Amino acid sequence: MAVTTAPEATPSVMTSPGKLVEMNWDPITRIVGSLGIYTKIDFASRRVAECYSTSSIFRGYSIFMKGKDPRDAHFITSRICGICGDNHATCSVYAQNMAYGVKPPAIAEWIVNLGEAAEYMFDHNIFQDNLVGVDFCEKMVRETNPGVWDKAQKTAAPHAAEHGYRTIADIMTALNPFTGEFYRETLMVSRYTREMFCLMEGRHVHPSTLYPGGVGTVPTIQLFTDYITRLMKYVEFMKKVVPLHDDLFDFFYEALPGYEEVGRRRILLGCWGSFQDPNVCDYNYDTMTQWGRGMFVTPGVVVDGELVTTDLVDINLNIRILLGSSYYDDWDHEESFVRADPLGNPVDRKHPWNQTTLPRPQKRKFDGNYTWVMSPRWLDKRTGDHLALDTGGGPIARLWATALAGLVDIGYIKATGHSVKIYLPKTALKPETEFEWKIPKWSNAIERDRARTYFQAYSAAAALYFAERALAELHAGRTRTFSDFKVPDEAIGCGFHEAVRGVLSHHLVIRGGKIANYHPYPPTPWNANPRDIYGTPGPYEDAVQNTPIFEENGPDKFKGIDIMRAVRSFDPCLPCGVHMYVGNGKTIDTTHSPTFGVMQGAHK
Amino acid sequence: MAEADNVPYGRKTQHAPALKEVHILWITAGLGCDGDSVAITAATQPSVEDVVLGAIPGLPKVHLHNPVLAYENGDEFLLPFHQAARGELDNFVLVVEGSIPNERINREGYWAAFGTDPDTHDPITIPQWLDRLAPRALAVIGAGTCATYGGIHAMEGNPTGCMGLADYLGWKWKSKAGLPIVNVPGCPVQPDNFMETLLYLLYQLAGLAPMIPLDDALRPKWLFSRTVHDGCDRAGSYEQAIFATEYGSPNCIVKLGCWGPVVQCNVPKRGWIAGVGGCPNVGGICIGCTMPGFPDKFMPFMDQPPGAVLSSNLIRSYGPLIRSLRKLTNNTLNDEPKWRHNRPELTTGYRR
Repeated sequence: MAVTTAPEATPSVMTSPGKLVEMNWDPITRIVGSLGIYTKIDFASRRVAECYSTSSIFRGYSIFMKGKDPRDAHFITSRICGICGDNHATCSVYAQNMAYGVKPPAIAEWIVNLGEAAEYMFDHNIFQDNLVGVDFCEKMVRETNPGVWDKAQKTAAPHAAEHGYRTIADIMTALNPFTGEFYRETLMVSRYTREMFCLMEGRHVHPSTLYPGGVGTVPTIQLFTDYITRLMKYVEFMKKVVPLHDDLFDFFYEALPGYEEVGRRRILLGCWGSFQDPNVCDYNYDTMTQWGRGMFVTPGVVVDGELVTTDLVDINLNIRILLGSSYYDDWDHEESFVRADPLGNPVDRKHPWNQTTLPRPQKRKFDGNYTWVMSPRWLDKRTGDHLALDTGGGPIARLWATALAGLVDIGYIKATGHSVKIYLPKTALKPETEFEWKIPKWSNAIERDRARTYFQAYSAAAALYFAERALAELHAGRTRTFSDFKVPDEAIGCGFHEAVRGVLSHHLVIRGGKIANYHPYPPTPWNANPRDIYGTPGPYEDAVQNTPIFEENGPDKFKGIDIMRAVRSFDPCLPCGVHMYVGNGKTIDTTHSPTFGVMQGAHK
Repeated sequence: MAEADNVPYGRKTQHAPALKEVHILWITAGLGCDGDSVAITAATQPSVEDVVLGAIPGLPKVHLHNPVLAYENGDEFLLPFHQAARGELDNFVLVVEGSIPNERINREGYWAAFGTDPDTHDPITIPQWLDRLAPRALAVIGAGTCATYGGIHAMEGNPTGCMGLADYLGWKWKSKAGLPIVNVPGCPVQPDNFMETLLYLLYQLAGLAPMIPLDDALRPKWLFSRTVHDGCDRAGSYEQAIFATEYGSPNCIVKLGCWGPVVQCNVPKRGWIAGVGGCPNVGGICIGCTMPGFPDKFMPFMDQPPGAVLSSNLIRSYGPLIRSLRKLTNNTLNDEPKWRHNRPELTTGYRR
């Protein structure tokens, strides 16, 4: 393997007097940021009994942003994340637009949409095939499931004609890091998609041309030519990539019966919507319900397969930030900044608008505080439950909410109520193609990964539409990209967006023309949080704890590949986690667990 | 047939590197965003696969240990870091990404950590890693403005007291191979700027290049001696006093908050990726993200820099004159010479 020739080592293994074996991986690589996974595995019954997840970094954005000029917020918050920082910048601009009462010109919105679409195209691409893909590559499969590798060599790829790989094993070989053909091709694709991004937003990953009120990008004929020619290469690439992943993922269900249980959890999905429509969006909170539903990815909460809401006001008001076992003090005695929203609805004490961050570093104790994260939850008013929504890494929640809502219909994309149809026109070497993402039976690792591929195609199809709309503005001579504004003395704002890996919100309070409070809530805190004060575990724990073990290796050579696939399916992005957590796992009453090592004190 | 006969004649052009193998230990767990690791995957001059697969002649064999790209996980991934700390890995370059939190201000706990100590079961902090690895490294590189100077997380009012590598190790610090800290700033680092600096260091370690030329802020001189403005294609509108009054204009945006004239960075010249994108050249104000004074000395970003008020007003006194003189010349250049016509006579000046 080319990345490193470090001598072989095995993960930390401590055999317990009972049946459980501690297996730890810290750090988890091939994600952005530092994440550790601590598990107890029952090798006799081949399942993960407990999972603890930890990350250890605190930077303090909500603290050092206080008192700063609110117009600096998107430049600063972009630096939260090194792979989707532009999603933060965009979301911050949305929140600022609301606070300043400014509506950018239409062409500026299309430019931002084109930039964000390129970000999805780039980021899902590199994550799927250069990071996640390695978990499905020849080298990994041979090391973890030689039986599966044997079968893969004998299994013809059903869509070989579309993607050019004869067998499933050929696909796996092409995914080998650095030496694999498809691995290197996706690296190259990740570059020209970033060029597309830079055409619209200047720099990747921290944009230079985004501002409240519009963009600095100069809309010229050349700008869109340069974008569209690259986009069409990507459209052609998608016609190969979607069938390739369908073949690979379907093969795992076939080769390893029961694989649908890997990373499976209850269907509890959140999507905050993406891509504004300048024809309906004016950034006014009073009409947010309407323009939220106009987004080209529909916001929504999906519980057990049912669409609970598509209303951004409803989504906003029911966000709760609960303290888990984290290194913070409660803010009950601090000031409440926003008692009611602009529509007069009461805003909870635990809502981001009213949060105050009070960090208190301390020794990590698994029976006490062990994390830099709090637990975001969404209050389901029907039941009073604080739901531990996940984003499934973004795409599965976006497609699910959009499909059920049935609102998006732009020619290239049609939400049917039970599926999403994605149309890609003819390209140089491939005919027109229509893909249909159908709502899957499970929220599990394979379906999260599959949805990612389909959302790459969705983003390309959406970009075709946005480019047409932008060109229509350009051809009509409406090339102004900026609307002026004044920063008010007192204002509040909120922005809702989809970071690449899921829900993103920014909440802003301005007093005396300065930032009085600012709280970004990116996807990873939603996915990767500990039990909250009600005892509800976070999504990772949930998903990993129920994971059966299919790996053929015993404890001595165990790689934990099924656990890795479950965790990576959420597209963990720890810098986004800012204040990451350690999940407090479920205790198995009937097994005797060890009481030493890093897990000390995990049981009470 | 003798084996020597099978050796291509031209092989004598190839030099064996002074160092056969080198490990690159890359720590991303400072206070950062991993944006610099993500940036290097965008580089093509050279690309990360060029370096790892040995596509560039003369380089030692490179073993890259970067958490964003590694095949291994957990202890398997950490093994070379622990080996290096124990002195069991001879030749390695340490790359640090993210600023170094001040862990001395905490009575207990930590701001940032990378792996868990097998003996104490406590997280290993970034200063602990630096203390263990820096003395044994051939070179230490700071990737991005957080690692080099502190960056955004070292902003006024920050709770972590974080700082850049040279603030922690000392500005006069030298590696065991005699190299100063090498800083490649940028938020994030411009992809090719980083990979090219790494390439230079690999050449140097291979014995194929002299000591890397660095300025006082420990930046490679060939990348950071010129200003943004020097390389900006909008500088022409600046010298003629044509200043944009709103974003989206193709003219100089210095009055909208661009710090380009006083910031050392090659991005407008090099573009962001494959020559595409950048900052003021494509309508984005320069917020000084490569500079040690970033971000505080540039905030609020969207206000006109104080210095620009004076200089742009001075230019207003003669810029319009230059503009009108140029317009005059430009008009004559837009006319074809008079001998190009369709009349039945030759007026080019040709004589038989």
